[in-house]
Amino acid sequence: MADKVLMKGNEAIAEAAIIAGCRHYFGYPITPQTEIAAYMAKRMPKIGGCFLQAESEVAAINMVYGVSSTGHRVMTSSSSPGISLKSEGLSYLAGADLPALVVNVQRGGPGLGGIQPSQSDYYQATKAGGHGDFRMLVLAPASVQEMADLTVKGFELADKYRMTSMILADGTMGQMMEPVSLQYDVKEMPEKKWATTGTNMEREHNIVNSLFLQPDELEKSNIERFERYKYIEENEAMYEEYMMDDAEICIAAFGIASRVAKNAIVEARKKGIKVGMIRPITLWPFPNKPFLKASEKAHTFISVELSMGQMIDDVKLATKCRGEYVLCNRVGGMIPSPEEVLLAIETANKNGGAK
Amino acid sequence: MATKQYLFAGFGGQGILFSGKFLAYKGLTEGKQVSWLPSYGPEMRGGTASCSVILSDSPVGSPIVSKPDVLVAMNLPSLDKYEDAVVSGGVIFLDSSLIERKVKRTDVTVHYIPATKLASENNMPTLANMIIVGKILKEFNEFGEGVNAALSKVISAKHADMLDVNLKALQIGADN
Repeated sequence: MADKVLMKGNEAIAEAAIIAGCRHYFGYPITPQTEIAAYMAKRMPKIGGCFLQAESEVAAINMVYGVSSTGHRVMTSSSSPGISLKSEGLSYLAGADLPALVVNVQRGGPGLGGIQPSQSDYYQATKAGGHGDFRMLVLAPASVQEMADLTVKGFELADKYRMTSMILADGTMGQMMEPVSLQYDVKEMPEKKWATTGTNMEREHNIVNSLFLQPDELEKSNIERFERYKYIEENEAMYEEYMMDDAEICIAAFGIASRVAKNAIVEARKKGIKVGMIRPITLWPFPNKPFLKASEKAHTFISVELSMGQMIDDVKLATKCRGEYVLCNRVGGMIPSPEEVLLAIETANKNGGAK
Repeated sequence: MATKQYLFAGFGGQGILFSGKFLAYKGLTEGKQVSWLPSYGPEMRGGTASCSVILSDSPVGSPIVSKPDVLVAMNLPSLDKYEDAVVSGGVIFLDSSLIERKVKRTDVTVHYIPATKLASENNMPTLANMIIVGKILKEFNEFGEGVNAALSKVISAKHADMLDVNLKALQIGADN
């Protein structure tokens, strides 16, 4: 335990990013993720890095585009309304096949909403980060340790597949402190032959751009990108199973919701109810396989979310709508209590999968 | 101790978050699983502040404390708000120099500590919080070796001169 320190989730992300070799951070303050920017402001100048508070979220994401073009690890962070502002830039990053790490410490919406925790940007992160056909790798930490681990992993995946990794956290994950160990064996960054690093008059110019005026060329770039996505869907899905061996009821939950659900599962198990949980760690690619497997035994899937029910759609798709589906949710900054989740489990157990 | 859930509540500026942080660090140095979750937002700036701390022998599930085993109330609004949430058989520590009323519950143990008064008498007006924490440690037989280690972690090197006075505050609470 000696090597563990107490850190806020936001700080853990910032420190892990530095460990992963990120030396450029651009952002604009917004609750509940401002500690990331504050940490970077303090640390970056000391290690020869660049912290810059941009004039807006739009500016920050475009600075990310610029640095990424040069092949360096770069990140930005914000919370829900700020991520909406970044959405144009996210699309441009995808169109130019640029790696980046973007953190969304979600708060309640829509609009300015509130500042308390939420998971209601699930659709935005997994399906509609911006205009055009594209995906982002979406990583959903459920502890301060994972805030750090998935930041390192996020940079590695982003470079490997030349795309944006998004950390989809929430206000609780950002603000809470837990013991964290920051020992990483960071993989060496892959060579980036496409980066605009200066030709030295020895090679052709590299061009980083998302503009393709010829439809056939644009179609080709889209198809190539989706072949990559297909490979990622088959190889990069991450999840944790909890008490799933004999589960007749399967909870689906990520982030803070999975923490609450664990308490409820422990209580339900004491009452003899066969309930378990699949916790997606990657929201895209969604871990379809364990859910499909679970549907052989489980009659009911309970999606515990801090949204009006977004991930539940992916649970239905993954399980081919074979089971009964229940949403257990709170929104607007409220968090379901373990008692609410337990009640949903008990009701599902009583109904036994009947409509 | 399997799991103990603490809720600290009071005015912003009373050191609510700091007290919780100290306990979390103490748990960490003793090898426990810990979580610390603050209230955040405008209420921190002069309004009510609170934080949830969980110390456990097993991994912490939800970090949100809605039914505390231990409530620390440092002002009346906090006692009014959280008194009923404390589990039956739980413990309430309150600053009796700021809260005039008695606790209504009869199924909990209550410690009335005139912490703010003691703090000002001892020329440490900002450390009423640590006086209460001292009392907590004493009551739970946890005033052990972890105290110094936790203090030196929670107080940054820049403020190292505050170590002794914090330790003194803890001691005053323990002796009260």
